[in-house]
Amino acid sequence: MKLRNHKDFWSGIMFLAFGVLFMFWSRSYQLGTAAKMGPGYFPTVLGGIMAVLGLIILLGAFARSNTETKVEKIGLKEIVLVLVGVAAFASLLNLLGMMLSIIIMTFVAASASHEFKFKETLINSIVMCVLAYACFVYGLEVQMPTWPSFLVSR
Amino acid sequence: MEIFSNLALGLSVAASLENIFYCFLGCLLGTLIGVLPGIGPLATIAMLLPITYKMTDPTTALIMLAGIYYGAQYGGSTTAILVNLPGETSSVVTTLDGYQMARQGRAGPALATAAIGSFFAGTVATIMIAGFAPPLAEVAFKFGPAEYFSLMVLGLIAAVVLAHGSIIKALAMVVLGLLLGMIGTDVNSGVARFSFDVPELTDGIEFAAVAMGMFGFGEIIANLEQKEKREVFTNSVGKLMPSGEDFRRMAFPIVRGTAVGCFLGILPGGGAVLSSFSAYAIEKKLHKNPELFGKGAIEGVAGPESANNAGSQASFIPMLTLGIPTNAVMALMVAGMMIHNIQPGPQVMNSNPNLFWGLIASMWIGNLMLLILNLPLVGLWVRLLTIPYRVLYPAILMFCCIGAYSMNNNVFDVYMTIPFAILGYTFKKLDCEPAPLLLGFVLGKLMEEYLRRAMTISRGDPTVFVTRPLSATMLGIAVVLLVIVSLPSIKKKRKEAFSEEDT
Repeated sequence: MKLRNHKDFWSGIMFLAFGVLFMFWSRSYQLGTAAKMGPGYFPTVLGGIMAVLGLIILLGAFARSNTETKVEKIGLKEIVLVLVGVAAFASLLNLLGMMLSIIIMTFVAASASHEFKFKETLINSIVMCVLAYACFVYGLEVQMPTWPSFLVSR
Repeated sequence: MEIFSNLALGLSVAASLENIFYCFLGCLLGTLIGVLPGIGPLATIAMLLPITYKMTDPTTALIMLAGIYYGAQYGGSTTAILVNLPGETSSVVTTLDGYQMARQGRAGPALATAAIGSFFAGTVATIMIAGFAPPLAEVAFKFGPAEYFSLMVLGLIAAVVLAHGSIIKALAMVVLGLLLGMIGTDVNSGVARFSFDVPELTDGIEFAAVAMGMFGFGEIIANLEQKEKREVFTNSVGKLMPSGEDFRRMAFPIVRGTAVGCFLGILPGGGAVLSSFSAYAIEKKLHKNPELFGKGAIEGVAGPESANNAGSQASFIPMLTLGIPTNAVMALMVAGMMIHNIQPGPQVMNSNPNLFWGLIASMWIGNLMLLILNLPLVGLWVRLLTIPYRVLYPAILMFCCIGAYSMNNNVFDVYMTIPFAILGYTFKKLDCEPAPLLLGFVLGKLMEEYLRRAMTISRGDPTVFVTRPLSATMLGIAVVLLVIVSLPSIKKKRKEAFSEEDT
């Protein structure tokens, strides 16, 4: 037995894990009977189906007829920077307001690009602040903190 | 004729100043964002979905959403022709000949052909929806819970069969979607499932957060990894008007493409992608010199472009009449309706005739607007294409973040996009098509509800699904579909059909 399709192998593991996890979580909900299904019935069945599908995919990765693949390199830097940017926006919004949060998010996220330029990003973030203000605060009247909370008198 | 009085009602709704304005805004925004390479219609709609949450009138909200959809689709074709980058799978075939035309300095006629074909297809499809929807809704009224459950099974299986890549992986994705849809309070027992004591999770996961994370952020990360190489034809769009010869050559492909799209669009799982691929294949087969294809044949642009527009519009039929989304975009539409407390299904036509017919009539207005909007504005779209990706993606992130926040005025929904971005990225790396997951996600709770009701009525006897003829037929079709695609000979053909887009 030789592992041929690495992508299938890892997807199989992923689905198997999700299936088992959902079945495990569903244990605390009542199963009920087929005629009177409890909240645990459908999720347990689905979790079971998914685990089986995952197992089939997993085993299929060893099949001789399967094409050989490798999982491509994972761009850790890009994932982390883009998502940290998003998380920064979410966690700073209530404290610093929309404007500063956008600027911070733009800088963090833009640094994920291999062609990052400081000046360009600065201009970009300011343009986006204006855009966001015009679209969301002025246009759609979204209720959200715009300026830092310690600067705005309540 | 009832169809005309219905359409007249629809036109009177859609032609109100407010609705026309939002239809226009939707088309404009859709095209604007759809033109940007690397952002398909799904990401576009997900990004703009929260905006429509804010509207008070659901009709206006849906009209705008539909406008965004056509706009995004049309924008995708523009990108396909000018940059050889398909915004989404349905415009993949457009790159084959459209881009070649652009390289020969005929980008203008190629764009015009796409616009004219789309307009014609949109007009025909609108009339077809108006004609087909009422009788189909009639049938749907005869459906019991068992039939609805089987119909959903059929819809999901069909979507799986038509997704590219491994079928079994797509099946697993549907199930994962159904399970994610379970998160939140169970309507029957009031138990908060999989919420892990997080209060926000008891309301379930926001649909837009899933779509934004998976299709927006996941894509961005994947795009960032590749160094971009784009060749844009900024100066060589040339004159727009196709010549008399061009018109003669595009006429029949447009008609054929429209027919193909209308037919395939109604099928569950069909819609734009399948339609454009089939139309291309048909044109190539029927043409006297098939070797011209791939070298800038105008027929290769006209056919698929008409087909994908007809197909994407026809896929509204099952959504509006049966309440079953047949592709991921329709799933987003369903989410947009549910936010306004409208449960899509056969009853919408009677309970909200203004919304129903207004939406249908607005499709035609939307198509007309695209024609008017796009041809003169091509220059602007071309300029947009030259914006480098490193400037674009922070803007997409910003719109998604604020959009996610504005749904409930809560940063929780912004955080929620992060795990889905990671999931979306993982799926991409593992060759798992994410669209089936989205379908499962919207249908999850509904499917459980119908299963419960059917089983309660039958007192726990599962044979109810095969003893009722309509339900048995639908399940039968689903099984046949699965068997057909797993036959070795078909499996090979299917691989070839989908591999065309990778080249």
